[in-house]
This record gives sequence, structure tokens and C-alpha cells, in this order.
Amino acid sequence: MNHNLLLIIISSAIINNVVLNQFLGICSFLGVSKQMKASASLGVAVIFVITIASGVASLLYDYVLAPLGLDFMKTIVFILVIAALVQIVEMFLKKKSPAIYKALGIYLPLITTNCAVLGVALTNVQDGYNFIESVLSGFGTAVGYTLAIVLLASIRSRIREEDLPAPLRGAPIVLISAALMSIAFMGFGGLSF
Amino acid sequence: MTILITTLVIAVIGLVVGAGLVYTGKKFEVKVDERESAVREVLPGNNCGACGFAGCDAMAAAIVNGDAPVGGCPVGGAPVAKQIASIMGVDAEAVERKVAFVRCAGSCEVTHNQGNYIGVMDCRSAVLSGLNVTDCAFGCLGFGSCATVCPQDAIQVKDGVAFVNRKKCVGCGLCVKACPKGLIELVPESKRVSVRCSNHDRGPLVKKVCAVGCIGCGVCTRQCEHDAIHVEAGLAQVTYENCVQCGKCALKCPMKAITLPPAEYMQREAV
Repeated sequence: MNHNLLLIIISSAIINNVVLNQFLGICSFLGVSKQMKASASLGVAVIFVITIASGVASLLYDYVLAPLGLDFMKTIVFILVIAALVQIVEMFLKKKSPAIYKALGIYLPLITTNCAVLGVALTNVQDGYNFIESVLSGFGTAVGYTLAIVLLASIRSRIREEDLPAPLRGAPIVLISAALMSIAFMGFGGLSF
Repeated sequence: MTILITTLVIAVIGLVVGAGLVYTGKKFEVKVDERESAVREVLPGNNCGACGFAGCDAMAAAIVNGDAPVGGCPVGGAPVAKQIASIMGVDAEAVERKVAFVRCAGSCEVTHNQGNYIGVMDCRSAVLSGLNVTDCAFGCLGFGSCATVCPQDAIQVKDGVAFVNRKKCVGCGLCVKACPKGLIELVPESKRVSVRCSNHDRGPLVKKVCAVGCIGCGVCTRQCEHDAIHVEAGLAQVTYENCVQCGKCALKCPMKAITLPPAEYMQREAV
């Protein structure tokens, strides 16, 4: 059992990395990775939100949608619930824990529309995970996202110092770096336990 | 039937979520000082950091807390200071807008250059290399590191010297930090008489490398009736508080190293 749970975390964090293997959440991955500090903050915020969201989505699916046979409505319901959930969490943090709120800053509302959050919730349902498995899979995915964005941010901080050929400057070199990272992560596909 | 159930379930979920949002919104409402958002509205919003705080939001909070003066925004200058003062209910001390000024006039035409620098076209790299770009050890290198950092696109390099567009300049001071030669300073916007040279060398040495450099002769000091220009360490310096911009120093400067107010330029052409 424990072996299985550990496997879920590792598989969702590294082997099926949400950004580099499933290509979800690319927009924030490329947009925010300019600065290391911002990337790390976003990563923490994503871990926070995805873990909660996948738990809630799993509960909602198991106890509301599945019994009523409304499987086909899961996408819309998840969007609705996740967006509201993030807002509520934001308000809660603002009042109860200004320190965390300040650290996560603008990234919390930004994540509301991150496709990775929705993607995890839907994948969990697709894989037939129960509540605990969903939360762990969400956590693992978010850790994978954080890993990817922090790695890209550190690569970009080095790229900035380089004297690149003009056509490669800006977005092109970032996309090439991301693609190389993706290829590197594909190598984890051969891992077996 | 399925449609009915679906609609009903989604509606109920929507209602629950909406009610939850309203409830949390009320329950966890955080009171923000009204003055803070009002001050934030008035500030320019460049987030340039020239005030010393991390952006306009932080500046607004600091003003309300009394950690920063109402006229602390160098970009907004007097108009913004006045508005903030009325929000805070205090008198605004007169703050004049400052603009960047490049203290070098050594364009390619007037300087003698036998530079041996080969490398990245960047002022900081050039200085680090230890090689010569210009013969004048103090002068503008003309690679435009200042122009690159300028958020307002107010600096242009023409003919090997950086020029500041005083209309576009917001006085954020990023160029002052970026210039490895320390050539740029912030001067009050209305003051147009400035020494356009940073060379501290003795006269003959200056003349050797530049046709418009300050030779520290002191003619300007003798012309000035307001004690506003002095030669310090071989270089004339304007004391802006005393300067009335009569332009006499500039007219008599043998090297024409002092700038003039626009009206006085005409006079100099006549002379």
C-alpha cells in the first residue's frame, strides 16, 4: 500500500511531469520563469493550490457527480469549484496569515486559471484514484511543476549572461531550453520499480 | 430528465460556491487604510524604485505609516507631492522634479580617440576590460548602458555621447547607477546651466584629449555673481541652489564646456 502511494508521488512528480511530459501549465511555466524568486513563489503557491484542489475535486466526484451519473459534467464543475476554492483560500490567508499571503502574492489568483490544476483533477478521476491517492498525486504533480519551473528559471538566469545570436534572443532560446529539458525528463520514462 | 438533474446539480453547486464566497468575503474582510489606496492612486505606478522602496505599493504604505516624506516620489515631483499632501493632510514641502544629466560632451568629433577596446558593446564590460575606449579616462564610452536601463526610453547615444531627453526623463536614477563612469547625475529640471565634463585632470592634459573639456581655469568662478560655480579638483561644479541661470559663466568659458538655457544659446551664436 505504502509502496503504491510513494509510486504515485514519484510517478506524478518526475516520470509524468506535468509540464515537461504532459505539457500542461506551459503559460506560467514560460511566463514566470524569468526570475528565480518569482518561480519559487509560484511553485509553492501551485503546490498549495493543486493539493487542496485535487482533494476537493476527488471528494466532489466520488460523492456528488459519480452517484448521480453526471460524469460528463466533471470538467465544468471542477472549473467552477477550483476557481471559487482558490478565491476562498486567498481571502482566508489574507486575514489569517498575512505572511503566507505576502509570500504567495499575486500568484494565488493567477493559478485559478492554470490548466495544470484542472488537468490534475481530471487525470485523478480518469485513473480512478480515491481521495488519499488524489491528494498525493496532486501534491506530486505540483512538486514536479515546481521542480520544472525552478530548473528553467536557473537555466534562464544563465542564458541572460550569454551573448546569444540575435535570432535566438528572448523567447526562442527559452523554448529550446524547455524542449531540451523535456527530452531529458523523457528519460525517466524507463524507470521501473 | 438527465438535463433537469444536471442543471439542478450545477445550479446547487454554483449557489453553494457563491454563498461560500460571499460568506468568506465578509468574514475574512481585511481593512485597508483608505489613505493608502488613495496615495497609491496618485503615485505614477512606474514601480521604478527610485524612492528607495520596492515599488509604488510599498511607497504608498510607507507614506501612510510616516516612513517616507509626502514628496518622496522623485518621478511624480511637485504635483504628486501636493496631491499626496492633501490626502495626508499636511503641507507639501516644495519638491522639484529632477532629471538626469550626462556630464560629458566628448562626441567623436571633439575628442581624440585611439581606443584599443575590442569586445562586448557594453559600458560595464569596457570598463572591466581595462582597455581604452576613449582617450579621456573620464568620458562617456557611448555604448549606452544607460540607454538600455532607461525605462522611459529617454536616453539616446548620439555620436558617441549619451543624451538625456529632459521631457521624457522621469528622474528615476537607474542610469546614474548603470553608468560605470559615474557621469550621470540628477539635476533640478529648471536648472539648465551645468558643466558638461567630468574630467578632473589638469588643463593641458584635458586639452590633449578633448576640445570641449573643463580645464579648471576658473574663469566661470570669476564671472559668477552668485557664488554658484566653483572649481573643485580641476573641475568646475555648479551649486544649483545658488544658480540663477544668467549664463555668464557659460558665455565666458574658453572651452564651451558649460551648457546654457535655450535663450542664451542664441546669444552665444551672436557672440
